[in-house]
Amino acid sequence: MESLYVVCVGIITACGVFLCLRGRTFSIVVGLTMLSYAVNLFLFSSGRLNMTGAAVLGLAEDYADPLPQALVLTAIVIGFAMIAFVVILAMRGRADLGNDLVDGREPPDTKKLIDITRGKK
Amino acid sequence: MSIHLPILPLVIPLLGGLFMLLPPFVGAERYAARRTASLCLITLQFACSVWLICSVMTTGPMMYAVGDWQPPFGIILYADLLSAMLLCLTSLLALGITLYSFSGVDREGRYFHPLIQFQLLGIYGAFLTNDLFNMFVFFEVLLISSYALVIHGGGKQRTAANIHYVILNLIGSSLFLIALGTIYGTTGTLNIAHMSQRITELTEGQTLIAQAGGSLLLIVFGLKSAMLPLHFWLPRTYAAATAPVAALFAIMTKVGVYCIYRVYTVIFGDQAGELANMIAPWIWPLAMLSVVVGTIGVLASPSLRTLAGNLVVVSVGTLLIAFALRTPEATAAGLLYLVHSTLITAALFLIADMLGQQRGKALDRFVIARKVSQPALLGALFFITALSVAGLPPFSGFLGKLVIMQSVTLGVEKAWVWSAILISSLLTIVALSRAGTTLFWRYPPNADPDESSMVSAWQVSGVVLLLLASFAMVIFGAFAVEYTTEAANQLHDIDALLDLMKLSDGVN
Repeated sequence: MESLYVVCVGIITACGVFLCLRGRTFSIVVGLTMLSYAVNLFLFSSGRLNMTGAAVLGLAEDYADPLPQALVLTAIVIGFAMIAFVVILAMRGRADLGNDLVDGREPPDTKKLIDITRGKK
Repeated sequence: MSIHLPILPLVIPLLGGLFMLLPPFVGAERYAARRTASLCLITLQFACSVWLICSVMTTGPMMYAVGDWQPPFGIILYADLLSAMLLCLTSLLALGITLYSFSGVDREGRYFHPLIQFQLLGIYGAFLTNDLFNMFVFFEVLLISSYALVIHGGGKQRTAANIHYVILNLIGSSLFLIALGTIYGTTGTLNIAHMSQRITELTEGQTLIAQAGGSLLLIVFGLKSAMLPLHFWLPRTYAAATAPVAALFAIMTKVGVYCIYRVYTVIFGDQAGELANMIAPWIWPLAMLSVVVGTIGVLASPSLRTLAGNLVVVSVGTLLIAFALRTPEATAAGLLYLVHSTLITAALFLIADMLGQQRGKALDRFVIARKVSQPALLGALFFITALSVAGLPPFSGFLGKLVIMQSVTLGVEKAWVWSAILISSLLTIVALSRAGTTLFWRYPPNADPDESSMVSAWQVSGVVLLLLASFAMVIFGAFAVEYTTEAANQLHDIDALLDLMKLSDGVN
């Protein structure tokens, strides 16, 4: 179970990092979302993965660590708010700058690679 | 009442900011009510922080268990001389920029004053907390308000700068959580004091993981404090933000520096066994590079605000040098310099804005433009600030840099630190005198100054308040040095911290 968990977290993080390195805000928003999922899973595992740990005191010998669950909850709430903010900001950027590129303009060397009339037709 | 003192600086901006969103204050035409409320709240916070300083000075550091959950389980607020001093500095800075914003900047958006309150809440919280996860939460509080404050007033440039700022900081927050998870996974605690104890009891494998977590944490704090090579966002964001916001952000990089001081002194400090001072070899070159690259940036800046932004990078580098020396004396010197550099760079951002207001379309760029209409007033303010930044006596910069250089003892370190600080100061003087010459003396011969662009009394009072505070640092220099020395000793005295938290007897 642990190796599966590790591989999943790793893949999600890798995808998140890859998407964050893209030049357009949409892929970055998706990348940040994936990154925050990966982070939440990672935080959850910091209390050790345990199939039999009891959540309520007095029911079993060993207990699940309750703290990571509280941390993950907090992190989810904060992450959600931040993603909401960045979505609105990306839309504002699209309106203000006229495109959805992070730098607000086409990078000069990729002009030939990207069809700049896309979306304007 | 006084046992609840450490939480007061958090409660006041939290409730105050929320109340400012309610009917008596909301709406574009009620700005006068918001201004009064904001001024009252910040004065109250300042009074609170002074009270906190007094009570910490008489009775020693204070601990506040939120909800009375005792350490190591609950969230602990910890007020020592260092955090009390930074609270006082933040509220003073906030007072200055709020006065400045009354000239009309605050009316460009309706939520300026509430956002400032939430921003202050985050900053105070980050300074007060003794719980690493709580620190993350307060970081997010201060960040989300800063995201909104950067685009205050709107405009293309601000949106573009803010997109970079937000994305970078969101990635930083993810890294912070990963680092937290790693450190929690090995030490099993989030209380900073308790961690300093647990970090010595780790097995070999765990030590390695904790080291990875600690290094990740350095990246996060480095990003917040604009340490090289994570500083690229800073000059652009600070130059794009409205002047009072940029001035308030002068303290934000210091939050990162403070966290480096706190975390790497208490958790990964001298007592941490194998992990003792694990980041010191990294901090040395990074601090030096920050100074060098920041100074080059200062020389190359096309406008006064970008120049001030680069000066922030230089000051962070200098503070990290003081950290890298790893002695209480150097820490004390760093703390003194921290206060000075925050006040002065904030003042410089405000002065750049006032100059921009009078120079027509050229704003604060170093080009030939319309003559400044109040050259005597603005010139005097700029002159004092510039001398102080460069570190010439009798201003606060001189004191700050002098104590840092005095605190270096080893010969090799002396050569590096002295040459870095002195050469950077010299180049700063060159850059600032060039800037001042262009801004005040170079204008087309027949162009009249724009008499309608007089700076308001609010603007001047804001800047004068910040400058007076930095003068006070020099006038009460002996007290300031004594105070920071005591604060540094408290920071380095981990046994006293553990005693206060009742963790020292080896239970748990």
